[in-house]
Amino acid sequence: MNDNLPVLPLFIHLLAGIILVLLNRRTLLVRLTSALFAAASVLISLLLARAVHERGILTLDMSGWTAPLGITFTVDMLAALLVLTASIIGLASVLYSWATLDRAREQHYYYALLHFLLVGVTGSFLTGDIFNLFVCFEVMLISSYALIVIGGEKAQLREAIKYILLNVISSTLFVVTIAYLYAAVGTLNMAHLSERVAEAGQAGILTVIAALLLIVFGLKAGLFLFYWLPGSYSVPPPAIIAIFAGLLTKVGVYAIVRVLTLIFYHDPSITHGVLAWMSGATMALGALGAITYRDVNRIMIYNIIISVGLIGFAQSTGNATGQYGVIYYLLHDMLAKTLLFLLGGLIIAAAGTGRLAKMGGFMREVPLLGWMFLVTVLAIVGVPPLSGFVGKLLIIRGGLEAKQYLLTGLGLLSSLMAFLSMLKIFMRAFWGAETDAERPSLSGHGPVSFRVALLPSAALLLLLIGFGLGAEWLYPYIEQASQALMDPRVYIDAVLKE
Amino acid sequence: MAIVIGILFTTGTYLVLSRSLLRIILGLSLMTHGLHLLIMTMSGLKTGAAPLLGEGAAHYTDPLPQALILTSIVISFGVTSFTLVLAYRTYQEWDTDDMERLRGEEDER
Repeated sequence: MNDNLPVLPLFIHLLAGIILVLLNRRTLLVRLTSALFAAASVLISLLLARAVHERGILTLDMSGWTAPLGITFTVDMLAALLVLTASIIGLASVLYSWATLDRAREQHYYYALLHFLLVGVTGSFLTGDIFNLFVCFEVMLISSYALIVIGGEKAQLREAIKYILLNVISSTLFVVTIAYLYAAVGTLNMAHLSERVAEAGQAGILTVIAALLLIVFGLKAGLFLFYWLPGSYSVPPPAIIAIFAGLLTKVGVYAIVRVLTLIFYHDPSITHGVLAWMSGATMALGALGAITYRDVNRIMIYNIIISVGLIGFAQSTGNATGQYGVIYYLLHDMLAKTLLFLLGGLIIAAAGTGRLAKMGGFMREVPLLGWMFLVTVLAIVGVPPLSGFVGKLLIIRGGLEAKQYLLTGLGLLSSLMAFLSMLKIFMRAFWGAETDAERPSLSGHGPVSFRVALLPSAALLLLLIGFGLGAEWLYPYIEQASQALMDPRVYIDAVLKE
Repeated sequence: MAIVIGILFTTGTYLVLSRSLLRIILGLSLMTHGLHLLIMTMSGLKTGAAPLLGEGAAHYTDPLPQALILTSIVISFGVTSFTLVLAYRTYQEWDTDDMERLRGEEDER
C-alpha cells in the first residue's frame, strides 16, 4: 500500500509557492490563490489525520526505496495533528496578511515565501529521516530569513544578520551531529536509528550525540539558548511574527520530543535531566523578561519563551501524564500564540506604537478587540474551560508524579507571571486613561482594516474555545499520538514492517 | 584528513568570533567546508568498488555520504550567497560592518 497521502500536505504548499512566484504582481489573484491553497491544505490535513486515526501510522517510501534505505515519510498521530494545526495557522495568517500587510511587501513574494515556510514546517513534522529533517529545517529557515528581512527596514537588516548567522552555526552543528550519528550507528532513518541505538545501549558517544542534538534543537526552539529570539522577533510586521511564533519554535520543540522519545530514551538521567534544568531556566528567565518589559511585542515574545520552557519540562518528566500534557499544550500553544500575536499586532497598529506607556482607552474604541484579547489571555493562562487548562493540568500532574516539585512550582509561578505580564497589556491598553498622543484613525481607511483582520482572529479564537470544550472528544486522538511516543516499538514496526 | 578538518573548524571558529561581518561569513563557509570533509571521513574513505550493481565486487563504497555532502553543499551555497547580499545591504544602510555597532539599542523597555 503506497498511497501518496502523507506527502500531500507538503506538496500542496510547494505547488502554491511555485504558482505564486509566477503570479507575483497581480496582488488580488495572488491573495485568492494563496488562501485557496491554504484552505485546501487544511482539508487535506484533516483527511490525513482521519486516515491515521483509522489505519494507524502511515508511511511512504520515496521512489520505492524500502524503509531503512530510502527517505521515508512517516505520519503518526502527533505529526498529523501538528500538520493540521500548522495548516490552520497558515490559513489564518494568509487572511490576516490581506488586511494588515502593505502593498510593497505583498508584491515582493510574501505569499510565496509563506508557503515555502509551510513546506519546511510540514516537511519537518512528516519526515522519518533525520537528514531529511535537516533539509526541511533549512527550507523553513531560508524562507524565514527572507521573511524576516522583507521590507528591508534598517532594524530588520540588523536583526536578520544576527538571526541568520546564529542559525547557520546551529545548522552546521546539526549536520556535524548527523555525521557523528552516521559514523556511530550507520543509518539515518529514525526508526532504524532507534533500533540500532537500542542494540548499542546508548553508551558514551551516543549520549554525547544526544546532548549535541539537544543543543541544536534548543537553539531552534528557544529553549534556554533563546538569546537571539527577542531581537529578531521584534522587527518584522505582526503577520510574519505571528506565524513565526506559532510555528518556528514549535518545530524545534517537536524535534526534541521526537528524538528523545524515539531514539535517545535509554539514559533519561542525563538527557532528560539536562532538559529539565534547561527548561527550568527558560521558564524563569522568560518570566523575568515578560514582567520587566513595557513593550507589547517584547512581552508577547517572552511569553513564547515561557511556554517553550513549560513544554520542555513536561517532556523531561518522561511519564504518560506528562506526555499527554506535552501534546495538548503544544497544539494549544501553537494556536494560542499565533492568535496572541495577531491581536497584539492590531493593538500596536491601533496605537501606532508598541510602548505601553503611550496606550490607553481602547476599550471604548474597539471593544471587540479588547474582549478577544482578554479571552485569549485567559486561554493561554489556562482558566477552565478554555484550552490551556487541560494541557497545564496534565503537565503539573506529570511533574508531581515525577517528584519534580521545585520545577513544577517554577512552572506554576512562571505561568502566573505570564498572566501578570499580559494582564498588564490589557489593563494599560484597554482600561488605561486615554492618551493625547496622535494616533491613526481606527475607522476604516488606514493601513489596517480592522474588520477584515479580526475575522481570522475570531475564527482562531472560536477554535481555541472549541479545543478547550472538546478536550474529551479529542482525547482518543491524543491518546493515539502519545502511544507512539511512549512505546517506540509501535513507530519502528510501522516503518520497517517486520 | 582529521587534522585538516580540525584546522578548518579552528580557523572558522576564530573568524566567526571576530567583529567584522565579512570575516564571520568567511569563517562560516570554512566551517561548512570542514563539515563536508567530516561527513566524508566519518563514513570511512574509499573501501571498495563503485556502488553499482553488477560490478560483482566483494565490497562496495558507501554512496550515501556523497549524497549528504551534495545536499549540504547546495544549501550552504545558497545560504552563503544570501548572507553576502544581506551583509552588503546592511553595510549600505548602517555604514558599518562592525558587529559591535550593530548591537541594537541598549534599552528598549
